[in-house]
Amino acid sequence: MIEVAASLQQGAFLLDAAFSCDSGITALFGRSGSGKSTVIAIIAGIRRPDRGRVAVNGQVLVDTNAKIWLPPHRRRIGLVFQDSQLFPHLTVRQNLLYGRWFSRHGGDEIGFDAVVSTLDIGALLPRRPPQLSGGEKQRVALGRALLANPALLLMDEPLASLDMARKIEILPLIENVRDAFGIPILYVSHALEEVARLANTVVVLDAGRVVACGPPEAALGSSPQPSVRDRFSIASVLNVSVGPFDERYGLTLLRHPAGDIFLSGRIRPHLQDVRVVIKAIDVALTTEPPRQLSIRTVLHAHIGAINADERAVAVIDLVLPDGSRLLALATRKALDELNLAPGRPVFALIKTVAMDERPVGAVDTRRAMAGGKR
Amino acid sequence: MFALSPEEVTAVRLSLRIAAVATIVSLPFGIAAAYAVARWRFPGRALLDGLIHLPLVLPPVVTGFLLLLLLGRKGVLGAFLADHFGIVFSFRWTGAALASAVMGFPLMVRAIRLSIESVDRRLEAASGTLGAPPVATFFLITLPLAFPGIVVGSILSFAKALGEFGATITFVSNIPGETQTISALIYTNTQVPGGDAGAMRLMLVSIVIALAALFVSELVQRRARRRLALVP
Repeated sequence: MIEVAASLQQGAFLLDAAFSCDSGITALFGRSGSGKSTVIAIIAGIRRPDRGRVAVNGQVLVDTNAKIWLPPHRRRIGLVFQDSQLFPHLTVRQNLLYGRWFSRHGGDEIGFDAVVSTLDIGALLPRRPPQLSGGEKQRVALGRALLANPALLLMDEPLASLDMARKIEILPLIENVRDAFGIPILYVSHALEEVARLANTVVVLDAGRVVACGPPEAALGSSPQPSVRDRFSIASVLNVSVGPFDERYGLTLLRHPAGDIFLSGRIRPHLQDVRVVIKAIDVALTTEPPRQLSIRTVLHAHIGAINADERAVAVIDLVLPDGSRLLALATRKALDELNLAPGRPVFALIKTVAMDERPVGAVDTRRAMAGGKR
Repeated sequence: MFALSPEEVTAVRLSLRIAAVATIVSLPFGIAAAYAVARWRFPGRALLDGLIHLPLVLPPVVTGFLLLLLLGRKGVLGAFLADHFGIVFSFRWTGAALASAVMGFPLMVRAIRLSIESVDRRLEAASGTLGAPPVATFFLITLPLAFPGIVVGSILSFAKALGEFGATITFVSNIPGETQTISALIYTNTQVPGGDAGAMRLMLVSIVIALAALFVSELVQRRARRRLALVP
């Protein structure tokens, strides 16, 4: 159980955030400048909040009212930086074992061999950090943080400086770490795909405040006023169940109450319920069932709200039969010509070629249920 | 022509000893001062910085005279140290080493400070989150990464000590076998008729020592840089 409530004034920026989260991966999501990294720095003890309280598993790290402040080295908070921050004068092995010199606890320590094999870094041990690639550095940094036996692992945009291929290589490793070591992880990111795939709880930050908190499909879809300015990053998350894989065409069928969704490629085999990220620019609308169209995915929906101003493009908030939300983008001209208004039933068309299996995250039903009870 | 006289040999050995002792003894203080100025924000930081740099801008004779006032036999601190600890600086080679150390201190601190400032503070933060207390972080992360600067600072201080003249001669005079360094002996030689040959021999020795010091510094730095992979 991680409880955070902190406020900090930095020039014109005011951070005033409070949230709590449980085990598994909690994502701290928001655009750059929203205060995510400041929250991380406060939890790690690198920055002091003006006011606030931070506790991990009942241990108070900061409490400005009670005048408690634990220095970073006594917090047992692992931190993985965006740019790894491996010690350049030490070998990979020495980097990994660095935290061991200081952890004075016996018993249930995380094993060196377990970490090395989980992260597949055995071959790197004798090397020095400057000889590693970006992806390798992040794997070693993750291992180094784990081997210090943290009570909580903070990951500050750990994949942001990597290319897509490296991200895809590391995402499952983070899932393995979550499953193998049972350490709660607070994962900072502004990449929706990563968050949708990894997190079981999402805390959305905007301008220093928590604007949403909950399971990904609820928290990510509820950003109050998606701005057209960054329209390429507007997206929704849908929970779907995995249907059969079509060998002939290489498509995976995903079932949703609003209709079938086709996904190119094959989903990791053991998954039954998954989340998919659907970008708003990939959703088109029609008022009657399309014929003679290349798009295979057609979802039933009705228009919940239209967010339009004087700009050419408007954000359309669609409500699906099960109550989940899907965001679409269309020009105001199209809205007028199709006579679209809140309440009207529409068909949402999603280009299959725009989605693939990469951003698909498993829905942990156990956690989803626990979340539902709260 | 090139054979050194016994007097000159004594001066060369004395100079090397004074410079080495001055550098080694002032190094911990230099690292501490550099770290304080580079990493801490405290009231009086500018004053400390100014004090460290003072010998660089003051006329060396003034620095020597200040040392004499402070640490001479009758000086405030000098009398105390002599009475209670038996430590005497005035007219001893230790005094020459002290004067050299003071004169070389700003150069040493400057080089070390720059290298400490170039150590990424997030590496220190990373060390902290891994459970290392600040002292351990200093010795395991900051100091090793600042090593090239520490070498440069030491060599600069050593070279300055070898060449120190004004403060030394003011503080501890020019006593053969005790405080007569290479520089002081060259000066003496130039004041007497027929001393030119001796002065020239000492000049050559000075050049050789200085070049050797630079060479060693370059070698150590290059190895350190390669180890830290700051260069490919």
